Amino acid sequence: MKPTHKIHIENLNVYAGKQQILKDINIEIPKNKITVILGPSGCGKTTLLKCMNRLTDLYPELKVTGKVLINDKNVLDAGEDIVKLRQYMGLLSQRPYPLPMNIYNNIAFGLKLKGVKRRRELHKQVVHYLQQANLWDEVKNRLREPASRLSIGQQQRLCLARGLAVNPEIILADEPTSALDPISSQYIEEKFVELKNDYTIVLVTHILRQARRIADYVVFMYLGEVIEQGTVEEVFGNPKMEKTKQYLGGTFN
Amino acid sequence: MKLSGKIEEKVFKVLMVIATYSILAILALIIYTIFAKGIKALSWEILTQVPKGGYYYGKGGGILNAILGSLSLAFGATFLAFIVGLPVALYINVFLIRWKKLIIFIRFILDLVWGIPSIVYGAFGFSMMILLGLQTSLLAGMLTVTLFILPIMIRSMDEILRTVPIGLSEAAYSLGSNKSELAFKIFTRQTVSGIITAILLSFGRAIGDAASVLFTAGYTDNLPNSLMEPVATLPLSIFFQLSSPVPAVQDRAYASALVLTLIILIVSLFSRGLGKRYHKTKINF
Repeated sequence: MKPTHKIHIENLNVYAGKQQILKDINIEIPKNKITVILGPSGCGKTTLLKCMNRLTDLYPELKVTGKVLINDKNVLDAGEDIVKLRQYMGLLSQRPYPLPMNIYNNIAFGLKLKGVKRRRELHKQVVHYLQQANLWDEVKNRLREPASRLSIGQQQRLCLARGLAVNPEIILADEPTSALDPISSQYIEEKFVELKNDYTIVLVTHILRQARRIADYVVFMYLGEVIEQGTVEEVFGNPKMEKTKQYLGGTFN
Repeated sequence: MKLSGKIEEKVFKVLMVIATYSILAILALIIYTIFAKGIKALSWEILTQVPKGGYYYGKGGGILNAILGSLSLAFGATFLAFIVGLPVALYINVFLIRWKKLIIFIRFILDLVWGIPSIVYGAFGFSMMILLGLQTSLLAGMLTVTLFILPIMIRSMDEILRTVPIGLSEAAYSLGSNKSELAFKIFTRQTVSGIITAILLSFGRAIGDAASVLFTAGYTDNLPNSLMEPVATLPLSIFFQLSSPVPAVQDRAYASALVLTLIILIVSLFSRGLGKRYHKTKINF
């Protein structure tokens, strides 16, 4: 694995029963860049993302073969070490899933799992990450309220704060703006651009304009296969494959 | 076509209305009967005294033995079934998630034992007691009732835990939680109110069942004072009073039934309140 690359995926195949949903995926995801996985619905991009931190474990019908290397460790045969490995990767899902507890504990949960025990330190970090996610001003007077009372946009920022709090190296985002209003979406996009100095970001999206706005590197997928990958200039400026041209031109069906 | 559709809709609506209200009426009639007949015989004496000699032929005393016996037996059994049942339900939903066929098998078995009549549990408990040399006692009754309500407890908690969305598991795993942390810190919190309902359901079955305690807990006119001695229970107390030829004693049976109903009502109101308190942290999806 080249030092400039953070995630290295080799011959990844995923089957759901007899159906193959990911076919021979080989990609390298560069460090401290935003890599966008682009493609129409049902092309397997979410499954690809879930392979990276082995959330595929939760889906009994999925069978995964190949290699997903992160810091030279293969996630797919890490056994129980996966619990630690997952802490390298924060997750932002399609719609926010706050934990069933109050706002403060939503952030503190991951911190406690990481071993932050002292209350003063815990509080300091909770405040810090809420500020990072631009949520502090809105929740500082209601930290003990259930997270379920927040709006969807606020919940997604809470999930971002909670993910950052465990100090990951990678952020995996699965269409994180699809349930949000335009202003919240714009905030998340801007935050990603800011965060890429410190994190490697993998963003799954089907929104072309979003990809064009923030991507450094683009992986275009169609029906479980990687059709084309390259820098945003290469893929958007000068696509080589017919399928990519069609998708970018909007003539896809 | 259009007209027959309308008639069909009307017919079904009428049927649904009849079914709903006739069931409500029957339930109301049962409760009314218990109240009307029971309230006459209900007195301070009946609540605070044990049966005196000749109680079942109309002499004085009360059913305190059965009230306390039933409460200790039902609370004990519900507690034991909860302690054992919650880990089982969590194990099925968090640890076995990749073993679909095993889960289906376990659920099938649990549904099967759920359907076994309680007298069979009573007979099983009795044969175990003979094997172990135990006599009819609070302990034996409690363990038998625990077995009897375990499938109810596990399956109703299981059904609640199934509703936890997969996205919540994904979120907790991504934060570095392991399976038991996911189970005990996230799943339980998300489903507190449902778990309380499961406990309540089991408690209701535990306190209301007569057949499983008949051979195992026995019966006595004394207050329960040791795990190793027989205890009286309300359902059996009702049975013995109803079989009395004296009408006044039969009325006391209704008073006992009223007490049983009120216990279940109080416990359910209490746990509803408890459930509401925790309900607000639940995330709605």
